[in-house]
Amino acid sequence: MDATDRRLVNALQGGFPVAERPFAEIGAELGLSEQETIARLATLRGLGTLSRFGPMFDAERLGGAVTLCAMQVPEERFDEVTDIVNAFDEVAHNYARNHELNMWFVLAVGDPGQIDKVVARIEEATGLVVLNLPKLDEYFLELKLSA
Amino acid sequence: MSSLDPIDRRIVEATQAGLPFEARPYHAVAEKIGIEADELMARLRRMLEKGVIRRIGAVPNHYALGWTANGMSVWDVEDDALPALGPEVGGLPFVSHCYRRPRKPPLWPYNLFAMVHGRQADEVTAKVEQIARLLGPASRRHDVLTSTRILKKTGLRL
Repeated sequence: MDATDRRLVNALQGGFPVAERPFAEIGAELGLSEQETIARLATLRGLGTLSRFGPMFDAERLGGAVTLCAMQVPEERFDEVTDIVNAFDEVAHNYARNHELNMWFVLAVGDPGQIDKVVARIEEATGLVVLNLPKLDEYFLELKLSA
Repeated sequence: MSSLDPIDRRIVEATQAGLPFEARPYHAVAEKIGIEADELMARLRRMLEKGVIRRIGAVPNHYALGWTANGMSVWDVEDDALPALGPEVGGLPFVSHCYRRPRKPPLWPYNLFAMVHGRQADEVTAKVEQIARLLGPASRRHDVLTSTRILKKTGLRL
């Protein structure tokens, strides 16, 4: 990633225009041609430097629901429980973390009424208690990592 | 998904994996779902206004940018102080996600989550200390959880 790529990535964190020729507009701000702008972004996306490019939808406003859950999994059962939890389609991410609560996963469902049911099914399948920690308020603005 | 009409629904499906790298990306999407480009753009603007779309843009992979260290900092903050202090923590440049969540005593006494990013582990530690200073005595205790392993990462399928 060179200096121009960095300027491009930083410029895009502020928003990609909804316009007929949006790459031309973004490029013009930085003194790049439309073609070069497209080529650079396609390369960054292809290399994985950009993990997404496009609209960021809000799951809740789309009518779905997302929640964070935590479990205290006995060390000797960790792999077995990982397989059980990961087998649920509603589990989008799952991380091992260095805490007594050592398994943290995100549930994403199309219908908010499903959250409690999926939590209950995971508790039943694992025999462990799931702490459901839904977001009650949100304080972040944007991801502001400078490239 | 009930709040979306069928055309919006198709727009979500056609764009949630990303926009095409073409000179007229919205025209390409509109053609794919069988509507006019003007209608697609008008609907996207409406979804932006309503917050259904947070923004249209690029999400850098912070690992690829060298921000390889992160920690989930968690705080037990006095409830009355949280509405004023939460946005201050969320507004810090190195905090990506910042949420109030319920406490689940005795195992989980924390009600504020702030994901902290840095280029090295000691940078994360220094930034957590910065949050601690910002919160002051309103925070009774805190902890930092780091991920030791990614067990699953499929992304959200809406």
